[in-house]
Amino acid sequence: MKRFDKDRLVLGIAAPLLAIVAALIVTSLVILSAGDDPMRAFAVMADYGSKSDSQVWIINKAVPYYLSAIAVAIGFRMNLFNIGVDGQYRIAAFFAAVVGGSLALPGIIQIPLIIVVAMFVGAVWAGIAGLLKTTRGVSEVISTIMLNAIAASVIGYFLQPSRLAVKEENLIHTPYLPDTSHFFEIPTTPKPVEGFIVVAVIVGVLYWFLLGRTRFGFDLRAVGQSESAALASGVSVKRMVVTSMVLSGTAAGLVGMPTLLGSSYNYGTDFPAGIGFTGIAIALLGRNHPVGMALGALLWGFLERTGGQLEFEGYAQEVVGVMQGVIVLCVVIAYEIVRRYGLKSQQRKVGAQLAAQARKTEKAEVSA
Amino acid sequence: MANHDIDITVRRGTVHALVGENGAGKSTLMKILYGMQKPDEGTIAIAGEQVSLHSPADAIARGIGMVHQHFMLADNLTVLENVVLGAEKPYGIAGRARAKVKEISDAYGLNVRPDVLVEDLGVADRQRVEILKVLYRGARTLILDEPTAVLVPQEVDALFDNLRELKAEGLTVIFISHKLGEVLSVADDITVIRRGTTVASVVPAETTPRQLAELMVGSELPSPETRESTVTDRPMLGVEDLKLCATDPDGTVREVLDDITFTIHQGEVLGIAGVEGNGQAELVEAIMGMRDPDGGTIVLNGADISHEPTRLRRESGIGYIPEDRHRHGLLLEAPLWENRILGHVTEKPNSNGSLLDLKAARADTERIVRDYDVRTPGIEVTAASLSGGNQQKLIVGREMSHDPKLLIAAHPTRGVDVGAQAQIWDQIRQARREGLAVLLISADLDELIGLSDTLRVMYRGRLVADADPATITPEELGSAMTGAASGHLEHPHDAAQNGGGDR
Repeated sequence: MKRFDKDRLVLGIAAPLLAIVAALIVTSLVILSAGDDPMRAFAVMADYGSKSDSQVWIINKAVPYYLSAIAVAIGFRMNLFNIGVDGQYRIAAFFAAVVGGSLALPGIIQIPLIIVVAMFVGAVWAGIAGLLKTTRGVSEVISTIMLNAIAASVIGYFLQPSRLAVKEENLIHTPYLPDTSHFFEIPTTPKPVEGFIVVAVIVGVLYWFLLGRTRFGFDLRAVGQSESAALASGVSVKRMVVTSMVLSGTAAGLVGMPTLLGSSYNYGTDFPAGIGFTGIAIALLGRNHPVGMALGALLWGFLERTGGQLEFEGYAQEVVGVMQGVIVLCVVIAYEIVRRYGLKSQQRKVGAQLAAQARKTEKAEVSA
Repeated sequence: MANHDIDITVRRGTVHALVGENGAGKSTLMKILYGMQKPDEGTIAIAGEQVSLHSPADAIARGIGMVHQHFMLADNLTVLENVVLGAEKPYGIAGRARAKVKEISDAYGLNVRPDVLVEDLGVADRQRVEILKVLYRGARTLILDEPTAVLVPQEVDALFDNLRELKAEGLTVIFISHKLGEVLSVADDITVIRRGTTVASVVPAETTPRQLAELMVGSELPSPETRESTVTDRPMLGVEDLKLCATDPDGTVREVLDDITFTIHQGEVLGIAGVEGNGQAELVEAIMGMRDPDGGTIVLNGADISHEPTRLRRESGIGYIPEDRHRHGLLLEAPLWENRILGHVTEKPNSNGSLLDLKAARADTERIVRDYDVRTPGIEVTAASLSGGNQQKLIVGREMSHDPKLLIAAHPTRGVDVGAQAQIWDQIRQARREGLAVLLISADLDELIGLSDTLRVMYRGRLVADADPATITPEELGSAMTGAASGHLEHPHDAAQNGGGDR
């Protein structure tokens, strides 16, 4: 028994290690081919990334990434590809900002209200894709991508001074949230860490608990592994599709909250976009594992932070983009290789162990 | 080590059967011969020349071809396209290829129609396409992995005719099977493999199925079952006028189940015979709640469950041994203990309220592994790494662990070795004595006749005939399965007049 567990641990570490080494090699080659020194580039990144203001920046950046990755991972565990996290979090943040900007309740009521509105809107937006899939058989990949575009148009329509927004110099944004609705911060130097990291940690724990320890989670994973077996086991696959899309959308609704409640306090034309797609990469990187995705989110933040610095040092900033892409590719390939190898070696071991057992009993029979 | 000290000599122009329990190492040996796995020790010689096979391509180049148990065909391509796919070099993809396919088909009596879509073919036809594919690639030695597992008796005979044809043309066939009667009828030589090594080589003329089975299991077989009726008068499952429609790809609505009426009592095994694809799978799915019937009622233990969800039916006491365990019975990449939870997630010991009880589930998995003799080094290994027979034992153990009132057993011993087969039969009999009602669906007529208290024959979505398992022979049953006979099979003439055959 022990031996299998140890093997699993070794295999578990082998994959990310393999991926990172491969990614470093490929990136080095890219930098080399541009006529630069890869070692110096890595040194710059390590040096700059470990500065304390960088660390705060990276952590704050990683929080929405992590939430986005969780939203994507809920879909992945069930074999659904929710590309629509991007649209879901944006439309969710927009309406949450509108609601928050028009009320002036005490923070203890208003902050949860804003968050609930965001989760609700995200859930509805993702739920549409779930319903389309179960009732009309529309692939969630297609519908969520379309819903991204629709979300952008809806926001564009309402985000006008005559409708739900105000104009401030060149920027158009929703009215500011009242000061009471600002989320708490964790005082660190030189800059504070956003308090929403607490929510992210809670969401991560909930994700782990829900999927790994509850009946619902078991059903969800069963559908993800084999729809036919899940159906035969008594899971209503259709209902599960809608439920998991709604859950994914609920998590997606949180993605914009650290920004809304922690730094921008409104939804404007400059509200960060594209975190939904980053979430896909991080979910892949972290293999849908709550801790893995946290590390992935931090790595992503690190790369973005240090990428800017590379430019000052005379490197092309695109190097970091290449690196991110290569890491995701390498991770996916490495995990698949390790998974196949693991499955095969396990099969071999089962066979070997049984043969050994058989021989032992045979000998015992002979001597008896 | 899955195999050790394997010695096997196959003569050219013969059919050589390889028999052994599941997990005995037949598949590993085949993989080695087909270049999918490399041996650690020992040698392989083809026509006296020592070879080392690194990949299936090597094997094909040396004239070894393999017909897998699970067909590897593209449904949406024609037969010709499937045959040519991946072997475009020798004869091109058009006229010459077609001529070659025709030529091979005629030479060996395979009767293959090159322009039919594979999705329109039945199982037996698909198998012939697979054989043709191998021959097209120039194979002189064919490995067939349990080719008869999916066929009905008539189709098996046709396959054996094909094999004899191949043999007559000087080709060599290596034939893997569990069904000893078949092996004896078609093979020229038989090699028995047990626990990873070859234990005997025999010729069919000098052996009997019983001796062969004992060689495979390594001990004397239990004596045949004693038939004592445990049927009670308390109905457990009542199905009345059940009707189910399906829409074909071309839009026409077809009745796949019609006018199905039967009752299973506590302690009764009702066997359904029939050629595959006559509605048995749909019947099981309707009773399990995976498909919603278009008419009729299903009553379990007095409660109407006709339109209830699958989970409720399972909780009400239906156990299910599915026909296709990989598709419906297991999560292949999940560990054994998660597979033990599958299908019974709402029941003890797997969960407490809405939370899983991992500790209890693991402990109970250990118990199933022990009590049902699932051969595995532990419960953390994936279901995929177990052999077919052991996977099936795990499923049987799981389903029996929740005190089912009704057990639906679809081909419970398909692809399962003799030892496990006897064990599964025993468990069904044991549970029947304790008042379990069983719906048994099987293509193995001996199994049906041996286990059932009542027999029904299904043909084109209807129950067309019934029979008393105490007096019926497999041949009589076989003819009813093709629609040639109906009614009560002891009195074919009377029954033919009132058609349905329900008594």
